[in-house]
Amino acid sequence: MARKPRNRFLVPGVPRYSRSKIFAKKALYKRKKENIPKSVPEVKTTKTVPIKGDKNGGERVVPLDKAPRFYPAEDVPRPKKSRKVHKTTKLRSSITPGTILILLSGRYHGRRVVFLRQLKSGLLLVTGPFKINGVPIKRVNQSYVIATSTKIDISSCSLDKFDDSYFKREKKPSKKGTEEEFFAEGQKQKKEIPKEKVDDQIEIDKQLCANLKKIPHIKDYLRARFSLSKAEAINKWLCEIS
Amino acid sequence: MTENRAFKRLVEVGRVVFIDSGEDAGKLAVIVEIIDHNRALIDGPSTGVARQAHAFRDMTLTDLVVRGFPRGAGSKVIKKYFDKEDILIKWNKSTWAKKLDNRTRRAALTDFDRFKLLKLKKQRRFIVQSEIATLRKNK
Repeated sequence: MARKPRNRFLVPGVPRYSRSKIFAKKALYKRKKENIPKSVPEVKTTKTVPIKGDKNGGERVVPLDKAPRFYPAEDVPRPKKSRKVHKTTKLRSSITPGTILILLSGRYHGRRVVFLRQLKSGLLLVTGPFKINGVPIKRVNQSYVIATSTKIDISSCSLDKFDDSYFKREKKPSKKGTEEEFFAEGQKQKKEIPKEKVDDQIEIDKQLCANLKKIPHIKDYLRARFSLSKAEAINKWLCEIS
Repeated sequence: MTENRAFKRLVEVGRVVFIDSGEDAGKLAVIVEIIDHNRALIDGPSTGVARQAHAFRDMTLTDLVVRGFPRGAGSKVIKKYFDKEDILIKWNKSTWAKKLDNRTRRAALTDFDRFKLLKLKKQRRFIVQSEIATLRKNK
């Protein structure tokens, strides 16, 4: 909480207390003055260099950073240093680990998936599980998602390895202008998924499916695609989405 | 009294009404006294409706009638007769009340509940239809 100022303005520009009054109120003279010596590490700016020749005294002190011989004729404006920091995205209160989400866009739109956790970038880590409905472990923005009120227990899942860097794409070595590029044209090779990622998916599916087994109908529920039928009142539905 | 065939439900002392709008919407009350052509004094001590004048256009008459108490009776007396005749139990058995209950329950369903409902209905349909098919074959 912000502290209330000791002095206040009677009218704008005219303070309630004078400078001497404030000095008395602050009573700084009563306090013991503490002299804390500042510990400034000594930075070397010069060095001694041996000098040849008999009449030159043997050595000389030379600055480490040599001053430039020329100065720019015009000042170049420097860009201001930005002090802005990205805040982590606030997670919607309806989304908690284990919540079943409905994806709204992209290749898997309409799929119901399990929310695992929020990543540092603010994106949501979700998976189908892949074994049930084919949605791999992936990241989605929470604005492209409907949260349902159904939750499952995922406390037994280990998610430590999944962070934003996990989803980084590997850089392709550029083949431009080489023989390989010339011959590779026409026959596009299918991208192979690295084996570790396949194994990770299998592992997480195993952990999730163990929990899903306990809830009747939930597997079919995750397998089914979400859509609205004619009879459903969408407006009413969206306001209390569940 | 001659039998009235035109109307099944009459505005009368003791008639149980369903309140359509206002603070007590969705509750039951009893007509205690008829004030004029537009309003009646209603009371619902067992259903949490305060004794008040209420317009006929904001209520619907039900089939139920509480017999036995005099016109303008107090809340205590009405409660006694209302409970004695098991009006609430009779009301809950009616199709009207069941439909209302159904509606609120359906509104409260979650996405997963709706899906389960869909699945169970499918199962029921399968049993019924297959039974019909066999019956038709054997005819």
